[in-house]
Amino acid sequence: MNAPPVESRVRSASPARARRAGAGREASVLYDAPGPRARRTAVIVSVVVAVLLVAAAYLLVYRPLAARGEFTMAKWGPIIDPGNENFGPLWKRLFTGFRATLTAAGLAIAASLTLGTGLAILRIQLKAQRSRRFTGLAAPAGYALRALAWLLRLVTRFCVEVFRGLPVVITIFFVSTVLPGIGLNLHEALWYLVVGLTLYNMVVIGEILRSGMEGLPGGQREAAAAVGLTSFQVTRLVLLPQAFRIMLPALISQLVVVLKDTSLGFFISYEEVLRITTQAIQILGNPIQLYVVVGAIYIAVNYTLSKLAQYVQRRLSRGRRALAAGATPPVALASQAEAGGMSL
Amino acid sequence: MNVLVDNFDVFAGGFWVTLQVCLLSTAGALLLGTGAAVLRISPIPPLRWMGTAYVTVIRNAPLTVIFFFVAFGLPALGSNAAFLDIPGLNKVFSRLGIDLPYFRFAILALSVYTGAFVCEALRSGVNAVAAGQAEAARALGLTFTQNLRYVILPQAWKAAVVPLGTVLIAMIKNSALAGFFGLSGDLSQAAQDLAIVKALPVVPVFIGISIGFLVMTVPLGLLLDRVERRRAVAR
Amino acid sequence: MRTKPLVALVAIAGLALGVAACGGDDKGGGTGTTKTFEAGTTMERLNKAQKITVGTKFDQPGFGLKNLSGKPEGFDVEIAKIIATELGIPADKIEWKETPSAIREQVIQNGDVDIVAATYTINEPRKQKIDFAGPYYVAGQHIMVRNDDSSITGPDSFKDGTKKVCSVTNSTPANNIKKYLKDEATQLVLFDIYQKCVTALEGKQVDAVTTDNVILTGFIANNAGKFKLAGTKFTDEPYGIGLKKGDDKFREFINKTLETIFGDGRYEKAWRDTAGKFDPNLPAPPSVNRY
Repeated sequence: MNAPPVESRVRSASPARARRAGAGREASVLYDAPGPRARRTAVIVSVVVAVLLVAAAYLLVYRPLAARGEFTMAKWGPIIDPGNENFGPLWKRLFTGFRATLTAAGLAIAASLTLGTGLAILRIQLKAQRSRRFTGLAAPAGYALRALAWLLRLVTRFCVEVFRGLPVVITIFFVSTVLPGIGLNLHEALWYLVVGLTLYNMVVIGEILRSGMEGLPGGQREAAAAVGLTSFQVTRLVLLPQAFRIMLPALISQLVVVLKDTSLGFFISYEEVLRITTQAIQILGNPIQLYVVVGAIYIAVNYTLSKLAQYVQRRLSRGRRALAAGATPPVALASQAEAGGMSL
Repeated sequence: MNVLVDNFDVFAGGFWVTLQVCLLSTAGALLLGTGAAVLRISPIPPLRWMGTAYVTVIRNAPLTVIFFFVAFGLPALGSNAAFLDIPGLNKVFSRLGIDLPYFRFAILALSVYTGAFVCEALRSGVNAVAAGQAEAARALGLTFTQNLRYVILPQAWKAAVVPLGTVLIAMIKNSALAGFFGLSGDLSQAAQDLAIVKALPVVPVFIGISIGFLVMTVPLGLLLDRVERRRAVAR
Repeated sequence: MRTKPLVALVAIAGLALGVAACGGDDKGGGTGTTKTFEAGTTMERLNKAQKITVGTKFDQPGFGLKNLSGKPEGFDVEIAKIIATELGIPADKIEWKETPSAIREQVIQNGDVDIVAATYTINEPRKQKIDFAGPYYVAGQHIMVRNDDSSITGPDSFKDGTKKVCSVTNSTPANNIKKYLKDEATQLVLFDIYQKCVTALEGKQVDAVTTDNVILTGFIANNAGKFKLAGTKFTDEPYGIGLKKGDDKFREFINKTLETIFGDGRYEKAWRDTAGKFDPNLPAPPSVNRY
């Protein structure tokens, strides 16, 4: 499945979006508090909508499904009836699958965070070298260094655009076929999945962090340089910690994406939960029921993670308000990450 | 590199199918997403709940699961998504009208999935409009719909362009999944067919397929960067 | 305060690694019967190691399908177990590896598996890359339709371009049927597993499912009265055991093993326990092809 639409192309700060996307805000700003007539209309509309929904659910969903026998215990028994002979083995298999899903997600997240941070630092450093003339060195050496920096900039930019622009499913597919071809045999489907997911997500995370660092007020960098820190120290000690903090919600949301994307392992035969569901379907013959249950579990897990992201964001913005440190750009970035990313 | 030249028609055909899926799904996702966004900001609570439920469920489910429910759940309800066989439109996109429903299913699945993200992008745009704007409009006596129509949406649109573009880029990439759910002849299916069934060298196939996707995603991404940079300067 | 998020991220990464670390499980126990083989052969190596890695399908009903306990079952699996037994390796020492059609030659060439028994049709292009022992079974491609449908009588029924057919991605049957189609885009649907094709056939999205006859008879048996076979089988698919190219001694060993079990009842038992449940007719054992 590709890349879930959560590619966080986080872009530069935009003060207009600085305001937090408070959940209740629209309700109070876009229309007046309802009067008696509006309240009556609201009740009528609500009732009509509810009736329509129930009728549609019954006529369009329940009846055809019941006619096909989708609600019988023959189809649901293995999933919900502990007395069923298949109940125990099925859930044990599904549990194995979830563990495999989490394993792949965990490894891919760890690798993407590490490499993504490295990539962000590299790109920031390369950008900083752009204006450097290496005047302390002999002219040829200076030119060589500048050419090298230019080349590296080009290569990293190219990699970012390619891996960000390709469907993850294609990346994984080709990783699994190209790597063994060039003598890099990883033997397990797990590692191909992890490499494929990492290639995509490290680029995305790298871009999140990079734009976080670039969005910081220029004074931060100048002040750090003024006290004598080297360019690398500025990045490591001043910019990166702040970028992490500002971008934490965006980063957590990206982790949800990784978790969802592990399901792409199905077609390189990695036995994560959806693949195991597919196997079970062939034995039990109840695809709809199994997908409902597995889908519900996915939604519950991801929903919890998204809530965590929101909670973290709220904590962070509260802390910032308490500091009262006129930090508009970072706030703008954070909320933009949320917006652009809903994406996230 | 002969692989690229010899199979040019396969790549081109795959590109055309994927492009059709993307164009139609974009339209579908914008429609669904706008509808859901209106629901989410409407004054009537049950409508808001409906919008929220749609977004929450869809955003947290893997696309594979959505694809499965469209491709196998919908037939179980007795529908082949024939309502997508829109007269006129099926002249341009001939696959809309064919007997095999998987092209229509792919469009439906991508629209439903992407719609949830479009809704959030639009809502973030609405949230970006300064609260004073809406308040001033209300003070002038504008109703909810007038407020949206004349004050909020024209401004929200601008703020939502970049997040929307991001969502659409993601959708183009997501379309690669359609090839695994019965759609034949798109880019991802072409990749499998060439690399596995025809056992051609993998690297050129990879390059060909990559070009197909990058031709769609990279220009869109660069355009978005530009739009945003220009807006930043204008401000 | 400033470092907190960093700490949090490190913690997340650490947690992730922790979760990752608890994957993997070990199985133990069992000693093999003592057998001796000529020094330097693959048989000796496998016997000494008391371990063999077998590639098979995990999603082919009747031949190789993982059951709810996570163990593969099927005719291919039984044949592989017999070969392991002949090598003096107990069945619980076999390491099963999933080998979908796309990667079979690759895993043999890379040495990731010792043998492949995975509905593996013997054909010329594959012989260029690997060697085959066997065949041990000759399957044939067939067409399955809905019970009330008499309009399809064989592969030629697809030639007028109106009938739609379903098969599995990257499979031989899918490739075989293509030459009977007028337009792939409007007639051919490919999924990852046959179950999905059967669902589509039931829902009338497609008119036929095509693959090897035994798999189809399995679905007909499981869905009483819904489906039937149309026409006769129109290809021969000799299934062989794939192994590394040039390992002639190992190939001859497997060929001899197969010839032995064709006669001593083990072949019949393997069939009856697995694919025979769908198709009680015992297949006539094919003659081994020492090309």
